[in-house]
Amino acid sequence: MTPADLFGLPFMQRALIAAVFTGLAAPAVGTYLVQRRLALMGDGLGHVAVTGVALGLLTGASPTWTAVVVAVLGATLIEIIRERGHANGDVALALLFYGGLAGGVLLTGISGESATHLQEYLFGSITTIGISDVVVTMVLAAVVITVGVGLSPQLFAVAQDQEFAKVSGLNVRAYNLLVAVLAAVSVTVAMRTVGLLLVSALMVVPVATSQQVSRSFRTTLLGAMALGTFASLGGLVISAFASFKATVAPGPTIVLLALACFAVTWPIGSLLRHRRRLAAPFPVEAEAPAEHETCEMTHDHEHGPHCGHLAVEHGDHVDYVHDGHRHAVHVDQTGAPHYDEH
Amino acid sequence: MSLSPLPAAPPTAPPITLTGGVVAIGGRPVLRGINLNVESGEFVALMGANGSGKSTLVRALTGLRPLAGGHLELFGTPFDAFDAWHRIGFVPQRVGATSGVPANVWEVVASGRLTHRRLFRPLSRADRAAIDDALEVVGLAHKGHEGVATLSGGQQQRVLIARALAAEPELFFLDEPTAGVDLPNQHALADALAQLKARGATIVLVAHELGPLESLVDRAVVMGDGRVAYDGPPLAHADVHAPHHRSAYDLHADHAPHVASPLEADEETHR
Repeated sequence: MTPADLFGLPFMQRALIAAVFTGLAAPAVGTYLVQRRLALMGDGLGHVAVTGVALGLLTGASPTWTAVVVAVLGATLIEIIRERGHANGDVALALLFYGGLAGGVLLTGISGESATHLQEYLFGSITTIGISDVVVTMVLAAVVITVGVGLSPQLFAVAQDQEFAKVSGLNVRAYNLLVAVLAAVSVTVAMRTVGLLLVSALMVVPVATSQQVSRSFRTTLLGAMALGTFASLGGLVISAFASFKATVAPGPTIVLLALACFAVTWPIGSLLRHRRRLAAPFPVEAEAPAEHETCEMTHDHEHGPHCGHLAVEHGDHVDYVHDGHRHAVHVDQTGAPHYDEH
Repeated sequence: MSLSPLPAAPPTAPPITLTGGVVAIGGRPVLRGINLNVESGEFVALMGANGSGKSTLVRALTGLRPLAGGHLELFGTPFDAFDAWHRIGFVPQRVGATSGVPANVWEVVASGRLTHRRLFRPLSRADRAAIDDALEVVGLAHKGHEGVATLSGGQQQRVLIARALAAEPELFFLDEPTAGVDLPNQHALADALAQLKARGATIVLVAHELGPLESLVDRAVVMGDGRVAYDGPPLAHADVHAPHHRSAYDLHADHAPHVASPLEADEETHR
């Protein structure tokens, strides 16, 4: 079978569509979770959704829909606990997470389903996704993307500073709940792609990658969505080709590709941050300039824009930084230049 | 007897009217019997020692902390019916303006325009002009595209002031804007507030020390142990911090005992 044949297969086409929508939706919500320092919220909701899937298997209802319902309920509960519990919220969340996972495994056993069936949901099974599941994924993902991007000014303000948002007349509680519900929905959207136990990776890792190189919220959000799509499509294609040789599951491949993107951008981001720190202007004293020493121009070169030494803004001039000195060119009354030690 | 048209709030309604205000935290009354009227265009400094209730009072006036008693009107409207949030600007007390995701200065200031924007609508030209103007007033127009996290604490405080300014409000609340801010930044801040005052804004400012803001203040309200201890012309620094008598217990003590368990509400908010 050639690659062209592979992409012509209906199950592969369905998988590609699901991958694109998941890759766009998960980071759109993940950005707000990371902004609020709730990066592990997606993980928790994934655990809670396991109970939802098991309920579906037990009752014969569609596991996708029972997972959506249970995850939304879990998200609401988490938000209530967070709002009322303050500092101890993370402990309360942990209680909920373990309850969700244990309940899911227990219910699956009771329903007589084999663990392999549950495993489809735990680690993803994008290539077995049916038409109706693709449609559900597309609709839910479209809702998540529309709200996540369309309401970004409001969601950004609430996540950035709740008190300010409240005094701006925003219903902070409703927006917090909205983010939690969106997170729950995108967990179930990504369930079939990367699986419930890896779902948080697709929500958080692209955001972490994107913010290595961006300075604004907007580029972080859009960059994360682009990276999420790249990772989920790329991971699916890689695993499809690799499966000619060995058993390569798409879910883990997608997550590992996303992590690889992070590993590549991290040194770049680290370098950028380092250079920005070095080049940060020196503070200017409001009072008269402090006494400082001068230094004869005895260097083997004159400091200038091309001398290679780090040039840092300092008020109305530039200091050249080298060997623990901050040298600023100064011309005294006689017209003879020297360096001030700033 | 003739029917008059619906009684609209008179245009000259005072920005703040608080009578008999009580604030309770964890069931314990913290502020008691607060009467405070602020007239349009006034620059009021709320002062007092740590734990005297000055920040709590501002939080009560902005609705962040519910009143357990008393009656609050903003611009002549009872607080429960108040929805003209675009008339209010709030600068919270905080160490920084950063969060888990990078944001640039312009974006943070733009979030101040939300009271003028409708859902799912892009920024209008008027919005952009107001944002640029706010950055200009605080002297950060050239920093718009820099990440907030890369600014100094004083500059971040100025970003938060610009954010409140962007809404073009008539009444400003500032909670300790000068705390932990170096002198050059305090001067920049004083310049910005002087411009606001010249535009006719009403300003309520919580401060431990006034510093360069001293010349702007029209009226000082000094809090002591949850009550208004002084209300009148600005005071010299020593008068605020050497009260005539001190209460028997330490003023720095918590207002309410701290309760910690996973599911229990801890009503003292984190700041």
